[in-house]
Amino acid sequence: MSRNKIVIENVSKHFTVNNGNQRLYALDTINLTINEGEFFCLLGPSGCGKSTLLNILAGFLKPTEGRVLIDGEEVTAPNPKYVTIFQEYTLFPWRTVLGNVKFGLEIGGMAKQQQNEIASSFIKLVQLQGFEDRHPFELSGGMKQRVAIARTLAVDPEIIFMDEPFGSLDAITRMEMEEEITRIWQEENKTIVFVTHDIEEAIYLADRIAIMSHQPGRIDNVIRVNLGRPKDRTSDDFLSIRDKIYDEFKLKTRKPFVYQI
Amino acid sequence: MMEEARSRRTMLGRFSPFFVFLLLLAIWQIIAASGLFLPLLFPSPVAVVRATVELWEKGILVRDITASLSRVFSGFILAAVFAIPLGLLLGWYARLKHAFDPLVQILRPISPIAWIPLAILWFGIGNRPAIFIIFITSLFPILLASISAVKNIDQLIIKSAVNFGAGGGDILRKIVIPASFPYVMVGLRIALGIAWVIIVAAEMVGMRSGLGFMILDARNFLRTDMVVAGMIIIGIIGLILDRIMLFFEKSIRIRWGYRDLKGER
Ligand SMILES: Nc1ncnc2c1ncn2[C@@H]1O[C@H](COP(=O)(O)OP(=O)(O)O)[C@@H](O)[C@H]1O
Ligand SMILES: [Mg+2]
Repeated sequence: MSRNKIVIENVSKHFTVNNGNQRLYALDTINLTINEGEFFCLLGPSGCGKSTLLNILAGFLKPTEGRVLIDGEEVTAPNPKYVTIFQEYTLFPWRTVLGNVKFGLEIGGMAKQQQNEIASSFIKLVQLQGFEDRHPFELSGGMKQRVAIARTLAVDPEIIFMDEPFGSLDAITRMEMEEEITRIWQEENKTIVFVTHDIEEAIYLADRIAIMSHQPGRIDNVIRVNLGRPKDRTSDDFLSIRDKIYDEFKLKTRKPFVYQI
Repeated sequence: MMEEARSRRTMLGRFSPFFVFLLLLAIWQIIAASGLFLPLLFPSPVAVVRATVELWEKGILVRDITASLSRVFSGFILAAVFAIPLGLLLGWYARLKHAFDPLVQILRPISPIAWIPLAILWFGIGNRPAIFIIFITSLFPILLASISAVKNIDQLIIKSAVNFGAGGGDILRKIVIPASFPYVMVGLRIALGIAWVIIVAAEMVGMRSGLGFMILDARNFLRTDMVVAGMIIIGIIGLILDRIMLFFEKSIRIRWGYRDLKGER
């Protein structure tokens, strides 16, 4: 039996909007447990509260009600033990690739020599050796996200939160990055909570998928993806899980179609 | 044939500023030679060139250029040292900005020239009142650029830095200062440009040296050829200063990967 890593207890989040005249129920009584070492996906349409929930897990936002426990301790503030990777890369444009990857180590006060060694090893892990001295603007979107991943891994976090990290990449690069993050997750034994609105991405990556719906944001169902890795996107099992999720989102046509010409 | 026509056009395009100058010189020379104006009031280009050589040979030119430049740089650097940290602070702390904003908005529209009487009363004669005037001149462009530099910093970048455990001091040193740098440079360039405009006026009122004084002095001796020579030299030095600043600004922008100055792409 695997250990509970993140426990979400009755978390609700309201925002006041329209100059405080209106309340927006972004999240409504979320209960969820994520296991240590698990690859967990939050899947749902835009605006259903995925980012809000991730921000609460990462300590950037406080829930209106309920609480989040990581290793049994309540989350109150951001912590380098759990690092978020955003869709927007958030690299430091004035720093080189090496400088970016070293950032967290510098903050942690590690010796220079050791910083360089660790940063180099993670640059290698994300297959960017040779690009150490480049600046972010010289890199493609996929490469930038590799830098962000290396920068995150360098501080050896226990949990990595990812908020649609591959959302602005083209389809091919996106699949490459999905394979890449799977490989890294298998090598590094991290717990990953990954937000996406892409059904196939969720199935490809996740051990389990929480299906969310919006207004108010709720978790409707948690689906276990029992597929051996590496997953085959074209296998029948893969497609049947996809069908099941389509059903969840009621995206499948229920009635037989009648074409009229 | 098309190629040829296009290359001829681009050749023409490349040298077009040169032609504009040539045209201006020609018109200038024709009017001067026409006798419409007294040579004393309307010196010819040739006279201006002679006057420039004369100023150079007497050592006046070097003395006055040095005087003007050193006042501008002193006042400008003082302003930068004062306004950059203040601007970063005001940009970071919205409440502080709110408190200072009306004061800045009232002081800003006052022409630096209006400070000259007080500057002379406070600092006597010599370089100090001029340096003070340049300080006042440079202050506001640098201050405002620094404030908006901080406001333009991508909040997600700060969020990431905080996530890696960065505290207030780390954020300031490793994020706010480097992220603001390209924007601050724009403010510095604008400030230096205005400072160079203002120094001439300041030197006409209260100084015994500098290009502004040189022009005024030449007028007192009815040496309009020297007046025009001084004006042209002011223009050329202003252009050179701007180009130097623009070079730094661009190289920083390129290094930072900011194509435009709207922030990170
Ligand atoms: N800071 C905020 N203030 C007001 N409303 C917000 C804020 N953040 C998010 N929301 C609203 O909460 C809902 C969920 O947003 P979000 O978590 O970003 O959704 P998702 O990431 O699933 O697209 C949306 O309706 C959004 O407009
Ligand atoms: Mg989102």
